Amino acid sequence: MLRLVVDLNRCQGYAQCAFLAPDVFAMHGDEGLLYDPQAEEAQRERLAQAAAACPVQAILVDDLDRDLAGVAEARDA
Amino acid sequence: MHEVTLEHLKREGRIVVVGASLAGLRAAETIRDKGFTGSLTMIGDEPYEPYDRPPLSKGVLLGKSTAERTALPRRRAIDAEWRLGTAATGLDMAARRVKLADGEEVPYDRLLIATGVRARPWPNAAEGELDGVFVLRTRDDGTALARRLDAGPRRVLVIGAGFTGSEIASACRERGLEVTVAERGDAPLVGALGGVIGAVAAELQRENGVDLRTGVMVTGLEGDSTGRVRAAHLSDGTTLECDVVVVSLGAQRNTEWLAGSGLGAGPRGIACDAGCRAFDIRGIVTDDIYVAGDVARSPHPLFGYQFLSLEHWGNAVSQAETAAHNMLSVSTDRRPHIWVPAFWSSQFGVNIKSVGVPSMGTEIMITQGSRAERRFTGVYGYQGRVIGAVTFDNSRWLQFYQQQIETTAPFPVPFPTVDRRPDGHRPVPADFPDPSVPTHGPTITLSGYSPADRRMTFTPAGH
Ligand SMILES: Cc1cc2nc3c(=O)[nH]c(=O)nc-3n(C[C@H](O)[C@H](O)[C@H](O)COP(=O)(O)OP(=O)(O)OC[C@H]3O[C@@H](n4cnc5c(N)ncnc54)[C@H](O)[C@@H]3O)c2cc1C
Ligand code: SF4
Repeated sequence: MLRLVVDLNRCQGYAQCAFLAPDVFAMHGDEGLLYDPQAEEAQRERLAQAAAACPVQAILVDDLDRDLAGVAEARDA
Repeated sequence: MHEVTLEHLKREGRIVVVGASLAGLRAAETIRDKGFTGSLTMIGDEPYEPYDRPPLSKGVLLGKSTAERTALPRRRAIDAEWRLGTAATGLDMAARRVKLADGEEVPYDRLLIATGVRARPWPNAAEGELDGVFVLRTRDDGTALARRLDAGPRRVLVIGAGFTGSEIASACRERGLEVTVAERGDAPLVGALGGVIGAVAAELQRENGVDLRTGVMVTGLEGDSTGRVRAAHLSDGTTLECDVVVVSLGAQRNTEWLAGSGLGAGPRGIACDAGCRAFDIRGIVTDDIYVAGDVARSPHPLFGYQFLSLEHWGNAVSQAETAAHNMLSVSTDRRPHIWVPAFWSSQFGVNIKSVGVPSMGTEIMITQGSRAERRFTGVYGYQGRVIGAVTFDNSRWLQFYQQQIETTAPFPVPFPTVDRRPDGHRPVPADFPDPSVPTHGPTITLSGYSPADRRMTFTPAGH
């Protein structure tokens, strides 16, 4: 599972993410963005492309390149 | 008690964060980013790892996600000891210890308080406990409400038409559910954006099939013999049948656990200086206790040093970063929290965004687009300067007006703007229900390109 968040203060509704990873991001109305904050493993590549393509760098995804050491810590607590 | 030196603190100090949500997490990441290698403890009363709340009233209610899927991504590993599901119950400022509900005490050298707010409950506790009555603040609230909406209630009543209440009503309509919104004020969003914009929000609701009732209060909720809510009584004498009620009456600060500690914490939050250091009850700033996020109240130089409480996602992130930076810096390296307030909301298919402090505005002008088209920019003026802006599906203009706010640009907006319509030439009263009357003072402008090299320039009053 990949966790993500979009800084919607920054997001300008350019919709690049919705083109590149349509299973995760969708435009809602003319410039609003709706997304699922958790994505399946199979979306990893598309999500990486979407995050890289966002012109305002509003998309934060963890777990993308490596398994963050310590990310499991919260689940164990 | 020896005051540890900064180097020693960074190497082997003890930092405790109370409130393991957005502000707490982002602060913890910044603390590690700054090279802190000591012990870091995250104390949170919710049993979950930090998660994001805004989706709870949007994608989660629309069935595009679930409340369980909102865990926040990490910017980096934080190597913390997590005490989740455990509330902090007290603070001993002299001994520098946080007391926990399980009786344990956690010592600290630096403490960050990020305990946020909770939903204001329905004032009548017995009515509030009826089956079918909800609030929406936590992951558990989101799960419970989404499940109930899935079951297809006959009518949902939303009490309070602020941002959260309006978003809930919007989600209900999008799902084809009948929804009534009861609002004490004259229009939705009127407290945050004023009556001129509130009128647009009211039209949006009605066009989308919301049974919007303004100027009324819900005086009581009624249950059936099995303890399920079945009706609400309104101050205009009417009774409304409803099987789901969402109480959306704003928030209360989570500061009770600090009662008697000597910290300046109360119902209005925890006051801190511009560097996020908490004040004690004597009005003296502490040097080891910091505050960030929804629970904080901090003076903002751009807005006459008024203490602002901002229940905004972006504020929690920015203030957490500043607090974390400052707790690991010598005094001359500290930074003020001078984030320009900003938020977004999405309702009825419209993307609403704002910068600055619209509620300080006394006048508004529509500088781009038109209200009739539901696509416009409204600029708020206060004492001859631009103080805030709001956009409906027009967010590309916001950054420009943010600069106008930062540089205390004059109001009314003098230049001819792109896409200006005839009704946008003159300012009209912004029509806030209870205009605050802040004092005259020196103005401050912000300069510099990144938060790190932002500078403040003082301009004496009466320029
Ligand atoms: C439904 C909803 C929709 C929203 N939508 C938007 C939006 O569209 N745009 C926007 O800008 N903002 C939005 N927000 C606001 C945004 O989510 C908050 O500003 C943000 O969550 C603040 O983060 P925080 O960490 O300061 O506080 P919180 O997220 O409130 O976290 C505080 C944490 O501390 C815990 N805690 C409290 N007391 C104790 C204690 N004694 N011991 C241990 N732990 C404790 C709490 O349980 C909680 O987990 C929304 C909020 C909600 C609820
Ligand atoms: S690509 Fe970035 S700016 Fe565009 S919609 Fe997605 S998040 Fe927003």
